[in-house]
Amino acid sequence: MTDALANSLAAAPVQSAPAARVRSYWGGVWQRLRYDYVTLFCIALIILIVLSAVFAPWLAPFDPYKSSMAHRLRPIGYRQFLLGTDEQGRDMLSRLLYGGRVSLLMGIVPVLLATLVGGMFGVVAGYYGRKVNMGIMRTMDIFFAFPSVLLAVAISGSLGGGITNQMLTLTVVLIPPICRVAETATSQVRNMDFVDAARATGASTTSILFTHVLINVMSPVLVYASTLVSISIILASGLSFLGLGVSPPTADWGLMLSTLRQSIYVQPLVSAIPGVAILVTSIAFNLVSDGLRQAMDVKA
Amino acid sequence: MNDMTTPNLSGSQPLATPFVSVKDLRVRFVSREATVRAVNGVTFDLARGEVLCVIGESGSGKSVMMRSLLRLHPKKRTVIEGSMQVGEHDIGTVSDRVLSKLRGSTISMIFQEPMTALDPLYTIGDQIAETVRRHEGLGREAAWARALELLELVRVPSPERRLKAYPHELSGGLRQRAMIAVALSCRPSLLLADEPTTALDASVQIQVLVLLRRLQREMDMSMIFVTHDLGVAAQIADKVAVMYAGRIIEYGSVGDVLNRPQHPYTQAMLASTVKDQERVVPLEAIAGSPPDLRALPEGCSFLPRCAYAEPECAVAMPSETVDASRHMARCYRVGLEGKRLAFNGSALPPGGRATPAPMAAERAEMLGRSA
Amino acid sequence: MTQMALSPPPVAAEDPRDRGGPAQPMLIVDGIRKYFPIRAGVLNRTVAEVKAVDDISFYVLKGETLGIVGESGCGKSTLARLLMHLVDRDEGHLILDGDLVGEETGVPLDGLRRALQMVFQDSYSSLNPRLPIEQSIAYGPKVQGASSKVAKAQARALMEKVGLKANLFAQRYPHELSGGQKQRVNIARALALDPRLLILDEAVSALDKSVEAQVLNLLEDLKKQLNLTYIFISHDLHVVRYISDRVLVMYLGQVVEIGPVDQIYEDPQHPYTQALLACRLSMDPEERVEAAPLAGDPPNPVNPPSGCRFHTRCPFMEDVCMAKAPGLGDVLRSSADDHLAACHMVHPGSGHSRAPLPVRA
Repeated sequence: MTDALANSLAAAPVQSAPAARVRSYWGGVWQRLRYDYVTLFCIALIILIVLSAVFAPWLAPFDPYKSSMAHRLRPIGYRQFLLGTDEQGRDMLSRLLYGGRVSLLMGIVPVLLATLVGGMFGVVAGYYGRKVNMGIMRTMDIFFAFPSVLLAVAISGSLGGGITNQMLTLTVVLIPPICRVAETATSQVRNMDFVDAARATGASTTSILFTHVLINVMSPVLVYASTLVSISIILASGLSFLGLGVSPPTADWGLMLSTLRQSIYVQPLVSAIPGVAILVTSIAFNLVSDGLRQAMDVKA
Repeated sequence: MNDMTTPNLSGSQPLATPFVSVKDLRVRFVSREATVRAVNGVTFDLARGEVLCVIGESGSGKSVMMRSLLRLHPKKRTVIEGSMQVGEHDIGTVSDRVLSKLRGSTISMIFQEPMTALDPLYTIGDQIAETVRRHEGLGREAAWARALELLELVRVPSPERRLKAYPHELSGGLRQRAMIAVALSCRPSLLLADEPTTALDASVQIQVLVLLRRLQREMDMSMIFVTHDLGVAAQIADKVAVMYAGRIIEYGSVGDVLNRPQHPYTQAMLASTVKDQERVVPLEAIAGSPPDLRALPEGCSFLPRCAYAEPECAVAMPSETVDASRHMARCYRVGLEGKRLAFNGSALPPGGRATPAPMAAERAEMLGRSA
Repeated sequence: MTQMALSPPPVAAEDPRDRGGPAQPMLIVDGIRKYFPIRAGVLNRTVAEVKAVDDISFYVLKGETLGIVGESGCGKSTLARLLMHLVDRDEGHLILDGDLVGEETGVPLDGLRRALQMVFQDSYSSLNPRLPIEQSIAYGPKVQGASSKVAKAQARALMEKVGLKANLFAQRYPHELSGGQKQRVNIARALALDPRLLILDEAVSALDKSVEAQVLNLLEDLKKQLNLTYIFISHDLHVVRYISDRVLVMYLGQVVEIGPVDQIYEDPQHPYTQALLACRLSMDPEERVEAAPLAGDPPNPVNPPSGCRFHTRCPFMEDVCMAKAPGLGDVLRSSADDHLAACHMVHPGSGHSRAPLPVRA
């Protein structure tokens, strides 16, 4: 073979480099996320909100519980009150920062718990099928029969108020939808040939579940769970609004919205602030989960 | 490319107006990571009532080329260059409104998997009637009558009953027939077929092929039929185009291409097809796999797998050599001998064909391209 | 156990794993049956049964390749999964190298698992999309107790064996591979447990023709190198003829014909086999088929036709075909050179007008 040919062949590896580049699954996800500016912005926003909630004691200019009859319902930008004051004269900015702590907790913890429990039930139902599936999924259907808000109100009403009970309520409400997504994903994976190939090696069910099933079920479930964070925040706010969640004077976005609603004709902008916080946070979580779904390339 | 310097394939007796005329078609898919050059200068003409089989491996650009004729690719990420003339319409420039009228009436398409082409929520009758009503403005009754007629045409047994059936209630062969009925409902002049028989059993495949050939003749349709199966091409084609890395590397009448293949790739593909070979002899496989369309090298794309590679092959893609019977091949080793194409494999180093370019094959494998 | 007098097998090489001796078939399948219930209604009652595999018997000799052909829905894939114990059988026995499988006295399932492996049809579902292929291959040995390091080394050696450069491919994911490469990984995974019998279920059907030839050559090489026995399931009659020593033809869950490959292809006895062979496409455009040899689709296996299941599509159908199911004969007692067909036309005195006259004793 002559030089020209040999050269062209020698040059080929460089040209066909994309095929040879090795990239892990998560590496690929990051590559796609990197150019998705909306998602990146929302991630930054969420980080900002989380940080501001965590560091609320240092960031807040005032004590969120110190009321002042002299400064009730001041408008935005009134003197040192950047976001005005509420109906008891407490600083809105400080309350908003503190309120974020409760609201984010309500958004994230129930979703995490529900993902663990619901995901486990879903995977078991999807993998074993038949009677196990029937037992688990029909039970979930009973919960599904009620609108989620109604269910939350009912459970919360019987458990009573308080942060722990509210989180418990939200967890119970979120388990059925996650369970269903996990079940669907698992039964799809379960029928794949690679699971049969694994069974043919004599592997135990636990080993197959952990090596082959979970890894494939995880991404649709995680993407779906991330959409639930905003729902959870809104539900929690709703419960507080109805007086079924945290009790006053605890700073919580939902509760703030509830107490400020009487002042809506006096200070409409100030009254709307907790609502805006809920809206922005839940939209950010939703957009991130959308971005994640695209980057993870799964259909959920 | 030097494609344009050589005579066009439009006919030994130049046809007045070919029904389909594709000139220097190029299709690229652009994404952030890479540009995939799927079709790289395809030129062909198709007369009315003629069947062209496009043969190639997966990734040869055959389906992409065909789908361009209906502009089915996502607009945002696709760059289409060149001209595609079907009848009096230039597919590349017609408005979306005109195009959607053309789709299903003048140009129709059938697919490999009918379940993806038929709507699972409507009965077969509804789907045919809907197409007929939309394109031909027939009334409800007339459209149903036409649907029944069409199912009879594609030889579906007990058609009255099948009209009310949903796609999932039909067997694979019947579904394929139903899809053909939908595609033919408005008497298209051009039928595009994307591997419509690949997923079928041999016994059903032959039924569908016989049916398609009969309908094509009766309705005087032009047909472009994409397949990777040479046996299917032998059954249905008038003309055959062999595609490799987005180019037509051999073209001619079905007899010329299948019985007197000139391009080394066509030869190797015929040789590697399992027929009634002696069992103890290993098959003549083509080493390596098709090139990476994201980074096509200069020169002949088949070079790394070719048993006859020479230095000049690496410089530029060979131009078209066409003989009197319009048999075309793009290879430096193909010349004209009198009125016919002639492959010159004699000037080879000893061993030539028997040891398919050991070095080239090894290289291809080193690049991780072994199949 | 079930020793049979058979013609000498094609491979006589000594294999330390051999237990029953060269004349003992690798696998005997005796009267295996699987009906899938179709459930419906609120109470989930069984309303019908799909007779996917209905009383099938055959054997595979050591070192041979048995081809299994038939249309889709004939039960080929169910049969493969029954042999692999991926689906539980309703009835029948499997005898692996002289030992009953999966019953109290015989070889435990684990032993079967090691001796019997399967290569699946190349499709998006045959490899775990989230595992690098090295781990996909190493999974089997790890399950059987090899350390992670040993299993990985084994996986790399196997990749080289099937023609994939280990340092290039080990860390890649399935979506980065071409169809042919994925199929090579599939084969390597099946070989990881050092099996003796490989079931290849449509293993080359989804591949391009040029790649198909590469994989078929690889399979032939591996068979010689590793002293393997193949059961090769395919609907492609050309490929089955090339690779098989004997061929078994299935129709609606039953065996209709079995025999040495050349006899099946040159002198098919069953009208179904004849029709299937006529459906092969010629590469010569001069030889076009004008009328399809077989009309219609295969009937539904839920309610297979009475008598001979093929009678609804058979050109030679007579009353006896509807009334009585033709037998295949005792496959397990026949020799590997015997050519058997389940058709009244080949059985003397069956009552079919084309049947040969009964021989007088």
